[in-house]
Amino acid sequence: MHELGLTQEVIEIACRKCEGARVRRVVLEVGLLTAVLPDAMLFCFDLCAEGTPLEGAKLDIRQVPGKARCRKCSKDLTLEQPFGNCPCGSLDLEWLSGQELRIVELEVV
Amino acid sequence: MCQTCGCTPIPGLEESDREGHDHKHHGESHSHGGDSHGHSDSRMIQLQANLLEKNDALAAENREWLATRKVLAINLVSSPGSGKTTLLERTIRGLAGKVSISVIEGDQATERDAERIRAAGARAVQVNTGAGCHLDAHMVTHALRELDPPPGSLLAIENVGNLVCPALFDLGERLKVIVASVTEGDDKPEKYPHMFRAGGLVLLNKVDLLPHLSFDPQRFTAMAQRTNPELPILPISATAGDGLDAWYSWLQGQMAA
Repeated sequence: MHELGLTQEVIEIACRKCEGARVRRVVLEVGLLTAVLPDAMLFCFDLCAEGTPLEGAKLDIRQVPGKARCRKCSKDLTLEQPFGNCPCGSLDLEWLSGQELRIVELEVV
Repeated sequence: MCQTCGCTPIPGLEESDREGHDHKHHGESHSHGGDSHGHSDSRMIQLQANLLEKNDALAAENREWLATRKVLAINLVSSPGSGKTTLLERTIRGLAGKVSISVIEGDQATERDAERIRAAGARAVQVNTGAGCHLDAHMVTHALRELDPPPGSLLAIENVGNLVCPALFDLGERLKVIVASVTEGDDKPEKYPHMFRAGGLVLLNKVDLLPHLSFDPQRFTAMAQRTNPELPILPISATAGDGLDAWYSWLQGQMAA
């Protein structure tokens, strides 16, 4: 359940950046290749937000697909899980996206 | 009024209809997509804030602190019961007089593992994570100050037994050593790919029990290297002693590097 700690981090960063305003919405990017479950973050969010400028805010999670490039033949691939093979047989992949774990923007009032 | 640019609503449109509108303003054309554009009484603050930023910054400080003292730090990760503490006890005794070892012990509760390490002859600090399922860089920062490992020594950080969460949290170690054991399934690497991808070495423990089990080491190796093609695997038994010389050589090679 590292999602609890990560959700607390969302609240902490948002409180620091909201410049004293109330936060209505937090837009978060979570890569599909991270070991992070969006549902678990949503589950924790309301509780973590209680008593902060984020109380009642919406957590808007955007999942980022896993993309990789084969280091051998340069083909681009989509990864559903944090490993995979290129059709050329190589396992040596450079990950291009899917590891995001960041707050993109805050909507404040 | 739209607070992003100060424009007034298009007559006849309801408040809720104005999200996602296109309009010309001050001679420039711009659009407000519903996703990136807030309500009329709100504004957006753009951030690119990595949720692991604070942990990663502290881990970088730990890494620098360790480097200036020439201390090799390894982060031992595994599922519960793979034999991490037994391996450390054996390693402390096996390298006595050759390598100075100190240990940060991470568990949700109890001082028991630190006591076992001290009984084996090394200094240890116990970190209890309470409800936490992994160590983080901040806990290690405090433990480092308390333990103060001597220059040129080995610091083993025994993480909480968990093959998921510790993969995400850098502690400032040189690398993660995964302790897997043959009493677990041989498909662990594909079930916990994040950890095997993050690992720098796998110790496959309890190999003395292989004759009694259906564990297939070749299947395990193929799966581990599918998640991480460069991952070296050393078969060992922390109780019977198989493979420990190779483990000690690997450690001493890392210390010299």
